[in-house]
Amino acid sequence: MLRYLHGDALHRHPKLARAMFRDRADQFRNRLGWEVRVNDAGEEWDEYDHATTLYVIWQTPGGGHGGSMRFLPTTGPIMVNDHFPALTGGRPLCDPTVWECTRFCLAPAAGPRVAAALMLGGGELMTGFGVAQFAGVFDARMERIYRAIGATPRILGSDGEGRNRISLGLWSFTEDARLRVARRAGLSPVMARHWFHRAFGRAA
Amino acid sequence: MVTKDKLNKLLAELEATTTLEGLQKTIVRSRHVFGVDHIVYHWVDSAGEQYGCGSYSLDWIQRYVDMNYLRVDPVVIGCYQRFHPIDWKRLDWSGRAAREFFADAQQYGVGNQGYSIPIRGPSGQFALFTASHNCDDATWAEFIEINSRDLLLMAHYLNRKALEFEPGRRPEQVRSLSPREIDAMTLLAMGYSRAQVASTLSISEHTLRAYIESARFKLGAQNTTHAVARAINFGLIVV
Repeated sequence: MLRYLHGDALHRHPKLARAMFRDRADQFRNRLGWEVRVNDAGEEWDEYDHATTLYVIWQTPGGGHGGSMRFLPTTGPIMVNDHFPALTGGRPLCDPTVWECTRFCLAPAAGPRVAAALMLGGGELMTGFGVAQFAGVFDARMERIYRAIGATPRILGSDGEGRNRISLGLWSFTEDARLRVARRAGLSPVMARHWFHRAFGRAA
Repeated sequence: MVTKDKLNKLLAELEATTTLEGLQKTIVRSRHVFGVDHIVYHWVDSAGEQYGCGSYSLDWIQRYVDMNYLRVDPVVIGCYQRFHPIDWKRLDWSGRAAREFFADAQQYGVGNQGYSIPIRGPSGQFALFTASHNCDDATWAEFIEINSRDLLLMAHYLNRKALEFEPGRRPEQVRSLSPREIDAMTLLAMGYSRAQVASTLSISEHTLRAYIESARFKLGAQNTTHAVARAINFGLIVV
């Protein structure tokens, strides 16, 4: 199921949170070779993981971490402005209707369905909160994944070549895209809406 | 639902406001545009100083201050650590102080439903933009579904304006546009179509889109028309 959790609620789901931070270490440090900080417990987290951070997590039927991503508003401190100024041409991204999405992470065993499920969760945030677009930095490898799940972003800027290229993308979410991504995820859009409302909206 | 025209008119009115009275007038008018009992903007700073405008009655505002409700208001407490809009029903009203506060608010016509958008500005500025109303849950859920995006826009326009009025705050630095962005915005302002602009500048429409998009971001505009309007307002382009 899709879970929407804030940083200050992660402690209520210790197993899930630990698995998420470990899978992030596995993906970003071990597999992608990014220079990320990993603590003694093998968990990767940084200054953007704080009380207000909003996580969208795919929780497996066994209660484990299937995949996740995190969101912050671009009106506050965000990664792209702090660490990738080249991608925005040195002009900070700051727009109340755009949220930044980072640490898009899949557990080692997770397939494209989980990636699509996360996209669907992101889409629910946009629809539910009136957010127009998501911005995110991704590498060349992710381009293929996004294409495969039918969620290709519009690219605002790129840096580097070939495998080392990183880009800043903008995702918007039409009703068509919602249905397409839901199909790829093998999930009913009704369920996705239900999970969103359970977290934020009217009672189910 | 608020039509695009009505919303744009409201946002333009906000943008053109130069006085607090004007701001107050626009907010009060906006509740008719959205069709709700109240629209309110409430700024709280780290020292507990507050400032607000909107359609709540003066009696209620006085009562809120006199009772020091800032300390018990679940809306303020619940939104403080969040950046997404919150339906009041999702807040914690279980404490006695919160329940009494809610009952008191009903006496003053605040409404049983509310939707608040937390806003964060520079140096930890925190404000809330709220729509409140008297209706059943289903009606309110539908209102939110239809209006969430427009309310989000309105909230941030309002906050930008409030920041402008805040004494001691430096005027917003308007970032300059690159020569290509100026060309593109100028031609658009002259009524050229995108295809005409691209061909005049000898660039592809794809490249043009990138220039328009970056100009739009720099100007903090919601769409191309708005970006053109702001570029003219700031004196960045001359038509």
